[in-house]
Amino acid sequence: MTSKLLTTVAALALASAAAAEEVRVYNWSDYIDEALLAKFEAETGIKLIYDVFDSNEVLETKLLAGGSGYDVVVPTGTFLQRQIAAGAFQKLDKSKLANYGNLWDVISERAAKYDAGNEYAINYMWGTTGIGVNVGKVKEILGDDAPVDSLALIFDPANAEKLAACGIHMLDAPDEVIPATLKFLGEDPDSQDAAVIAKTEAVLMGVRPHIQKFNSSEYINALANGDICVAFGWSGDILQARDRAAEANNGVEIEYNAPKEGALMWFDMMAIPVDAPNAEGAHKFLDFIMNAENMAAASNYVYYANGNKASQEFLAEDVIGDPAIYPSEEALQNLYTKSPYDTKLQRTVTRLWTKVKSGT
Amino acid sequence: MRKFSLVSVPYFWLLILFLVPFLIVLKISLSDTALAIPPYTPTLDLSEGWAGFKAFWSELDFENFVFLTEDALYWKAYLSSLQIAAISTTLALLVGFPIAYGMAQAPDEWRPTLMMLVILPFWTSFLIRVYSWIGILSTEGFLNQFLLWLGVIDAPLIIMNTKIAVYIGIVYTYLPFMILPIYSALEKLDGSLLEAAEDLGCTRTKAFWLITIPLSRPGIIAGCFLVFIPALGEFVIPSLLGGSETLMIGKVLWEEFFNNRDWPVASAVAVVLLAILIIPIILFQRNEQKQREAGK
Repeated sequence: MTSKLLTTVAALALASAAAAEEVRVYNWSDYIDEALLAKFEAETGIKLIYDVFDSNEVLETKLLAGGSGYDVVVPTGTFLQRQIAAGAFQKLDKSKLANYGNLWDVISERAAKYDAGNEYAINYMWGTTGIGVNVGKVKEILGDDAPVDSLALIFDPANAEKLAACGIHMLDAPDEVIPATLKFLGEDPDSQDAAVIAKTEAVLMGVRPHIQKFNSSEYINALANGDICVAFGWSGDILQARDRAAEANNGVEIEYNAPKEGALMWFDMMAIPVDAPNAEGAHKFLDFIMNAENMAAASNYVYYANGNKASQEFLAEDVIGDPAIYPSEEALQNLYTKSPYDTKLQRTVTRLWTKVKSGT
Repeated sequence: MRKFSLVSVPYFWLLILFLVPFLIVLKISLSDTALAIPPYTPTLDLSEGWAGFKAFWSELDFENFVFLTEDALYWKAYLSSLQIAAISTTLALLVGFPIAYGMAQAPDEWRPTLMMLVILPFWTSFLIRVYSWIGILSTEGFLNQFLLWLGVIDAPLIIMNTKIAVYIGIVYTYLPFMILPIYSALEKLDGSLLEAAEDLGCTRTKAFWLITIPLSRPGIIAGCFLVFIPALGEFVIPSLLGGSETLMIGKVLWEEFFNNRDWPVASAVAVVLLAILIIPIILFQRNEQKQREAGK
């Protein structure tokens, strides 16, 4: 009797699994036009389960724990490289990706630094890490010649101290902040030398009393609401804050500047975990995203540049024409990339970061 | 035999829900990190039988616990958490006792309604309630706007992202756990004792200190433990409401686990946290037991 019941239950479970094919996607928060999710479901008949995260660390922990249950995940290049080494991904079956030809070779070549031969991942979006400023308030405090496009705005304690009461947020991502601090010091931002990285401590400890919060997602709203004056954050997030403020018509004017000293260029890559329950569906999702119009819709919504050449003709003028999103050839030269730290250096970096954040 | 099986049920429960997870964490705390899935080594390979088990055993060591003593961060974080938990518990007691007292003094027909009001917040997700405090406490939030409108302050108060916001969050979240046990102790309090005290020349205030407080002590102790224990390991409230200077062991644990990908050290932090918590938990159990025995 019991076994018969079990068989029935199992059969029912199988039947329902077959009836509703699912793809589970784990992407960054505020990172897609949600209309695209419904469109994917309508076109393919696959049920899409879309979850979000706001730090690479959270994603990596889920991947390395194994059995995350996700079919598509979106790590940043540096993390992708390490996760590939840990065996977390499966190679893409490019024969299932009809739109693969739409990709932009310039970006694919740069992203190959993290994924040799582009075997495991496709670029979703890319951008820079820079400075978001509440123009009115910053100029009110620092005067009209405030260095709004320089790392000195944040990393020079004289400026940070004056801006502290108004509020400075910084990404809670040592992988982004430490290279920028090195750049501010005139060092190699991609340094893998513990002694060089240690130099950032004095700078960061000098400005930490003036930083209100280290967080990687709250600054969008905080900037848009006028709760803070300055954020060191990701380009598209700050541009979203700019647009939310404009929509709310609350008198807050937000501007994004890639630091003139040089900005970190990062790549968010879509990949399929090695234990993805539905790798077939994952490929369908990747192909859907690589469709030129879909990719353009996503970029038009989130204000990030993408790695899809064919999508460029569908991009809105305020996206493709905005040098903060699609930098000029010349500005591209001023961008740098970063390699992952090894385990030992990672611990040094995190410890440094904890010290910076907590003062201990 | 029947008695044995009755007794064994809670122990079985404890074994499944506490001891087994604890042993897994303890085992990881004795391992080393690795770039793999899962990110630590060694993992137990049962297919190799006894030899595999021996090889596995020989690779375990206490290195990570030694590491915790070498860096001031960890004990500072434990101390800071103890301090935050202790202050929050005191505040919750100061706010919770008068509420519980008021409920116990209220007419009988009001009590279910008052009880309902205390429990009502649980109907909304804890996370949403903590998030809504961001809207209340932020620089442009309701509280500041209200105070500015009243003219009490000229410039917005900076509460959000400070320890004060963490205290507010913890006291708010755990207040019902303080109120309910105190209320249940006060409710049982025999009113004739107070009348007798007054007949014998006690003032009302004196009677309160000599009779009400001692008789409600089991409730106060239970309430304090119920607030203190979860507050000590609290992670969500300090990370949402607290600023960067709020050092708590829950956040340190998170960083070990997520930023360093160092599951072994994270597990060692958790094991030590548990060791710290065991003392108040045992005291709490004793208090409960005493109360039960007194109840007989």
